Amino acid sequence: MKKLINDPENVVREELSGIARAHGDLVEVHIDPHYIVRKDAPVQGKVALVSGGGSGHEPMHGGFVGMGMLDAACPGEVFTSPTPDQMEAATKAVDGGAGVVHIVKNYTGDVMNFEMAAELARSEGSEVESVLVDDDVAVQDSLYTAGRRGVGATVLMEKIAGAAAEQRRPLKEVVDVCRKVNDSARSMGMALTSCTVPAAGKPTFELGDDEMEIGIGIHGEPGRERRKMAPVHDIVEMMTTPIVDDLPFKSGDQVLAFVNGMGGTPLIELYIVFNELAAFLEGRGIGIGRNLIGPYITSLEMQGCSITLLKLDDELTDLWDAPVKTPGLRWGV
Amino acid sequence: MTVTHDDVVRWIRAFADAIAENKDSLTDLDSAIGDADHGINMNRGMTAVMAKLDGAGSADVGALLKTVGMTLVSSVGGAGGPLYGTLFLRLGAAADGKDELTDEDWVAMVAAGVEGVQSRGKAEANDKTMVDALIPARDALAAAVAAGEPFADALRAAAAAAEEGMKATIPLVARKGRASYLGERSAGHQDPGATSSWLLMRTAAETLGDHED
Repeated sequence: MKKLINDPENVVREELSGIARAHGDLVEVHIDPHYIVRKDAPVQGKVALVSGGGSGHEPMHGGFVGMGMLDAACPGEVFTSPTPDQMEAATKAVDGGAGVVHIVKNYTGDVMNFEMAAELARSEGSEVESVLVDDDVAVQDSLYTAGRRGVGATVLMEKIAGAAAEQRRPLKEVVDVCRKVNDSARSMGMALTSCTVPAAGKPTFELGDDEMEIGIGIHGEPGRERRKMAPVHDIVEMMTTPIVDDLPFKSGDQVLAFVNGMGGTPLIELYIVFNELAAFLEGRGIGIGRNLIGPYITSLEMQGCSITLLKLDDELTDLWDAPVKTPGLRWGV
Repeated sequence: MTVTHDDVVRWIRAFADAIAENKDSLTDLDSAIGDADHGINMNRGMTAVMAKLDGAGSADVGALLKTVGMTLVSSVGGAGGPLYGTLFLRLGAAADGKDELTDEDWVAMVAAGVEGVQSRGKAEANDKTMVDALIPARDALAAAVAAGEPFADALRAAAAAAEEGMKATIPLVARKGRASYLGERSAGHQDPGATSSWLLMRTAAETLGDHED
């Protein structure tokens, strides 16, 4: 396996060093414990947003630290949740006295580590609220699973809640905005190839040349079903039908349509996916008010994509349009 | 029969060695139903633990085990960090201030550790998790000690029960953790967490019970 990696043991550390050198005007990178904070942290009187998760999903989360989005991100090892000491240190570094929101994707490891971190931070006097992201319709939400996974809606929540915090809304309102995004968003992913965790050195799973995995997670964890390859039109229909039916999205709704690349799929293909998605939604009477297209929540070099729909209203649209200045998303400034 | 501070250090070292030895096979088990990192993460954690222990002076068994727990919490990540971290923190809390452990101390410590894992991870028996190795081990240990069996035999019974519990995870459909996303497709694979928990019990039998009574 050919990779631009010096040593699998040092992937995260060397990446962070690169981020520090590239984006020193926007963020500050701390090593041991690893966390990234916005340059002007802590912002006094502003609710602070902290997220984190395994590495390998870049630009999420570290690329979303900055004005209008996250105050801090805690990168774990590749596909491995960060640890409570990182999260506690990051929480302390960004706490501007108005409270801290932990944005946690619903994975067993992330949930438990953030739980321990919130206990530690509260015992040190920080006001901490946690919100879960669990928008992946590929997983049945039942007593018999760990619940739905947090995927594409995480990016949208971090942007929208970041704008709400920037307006100096109080902690409870920022938390409410987070929950509103999670409640109004649904996602589904698919893979054409596996990814390779650097430390493991071989593909996480095998897919035949004529096969695809529908409902893939962002860690290469197998999805709902393995199927024969199909035209993009059919794939988009397979992915979007369960999304639309789940919320449900109805005729007349305006949505933010997010077509995300998994890391190994070029933008040219993502636009083909978006083209099919727009036609599909048109057929259902659903309007695309805003869109986001590109690799924002990736799975190393996996080929594939995910689709996220967020039901918009005026509040969410205004917060989405608000200025943001981070390494990964930047507009209005 | 007593277990000393040095015995516990030997156990931790043997567990670290067993994790290093089985790093790839644990990761392979995890690729089948999880995210292919269990062996890598546990090995990183136990390597960090050994670095701490090598530099540590003498301490009571409780403090030693708490150090192991805190080191795992801050170095493993994933689900394994909080779960194994909590396990060792609870073992340590139950051995607070003790220089030596009796059979009964060990029974109480293992019970506290398993309870900690269950309250952190919310897993029940047969959810296809590490708990499926730990619960039978705890019960076999308690039964053997209550029946007055030699401590070495009780530890071996616990290890054997853990191994059986581990193997019994193969046909189970996962209800906790990342494997649960697979539903029925998780059946037919041995749980990696139950496997590392078996290594924990096996190394305990190899190191804590090899004294003459």
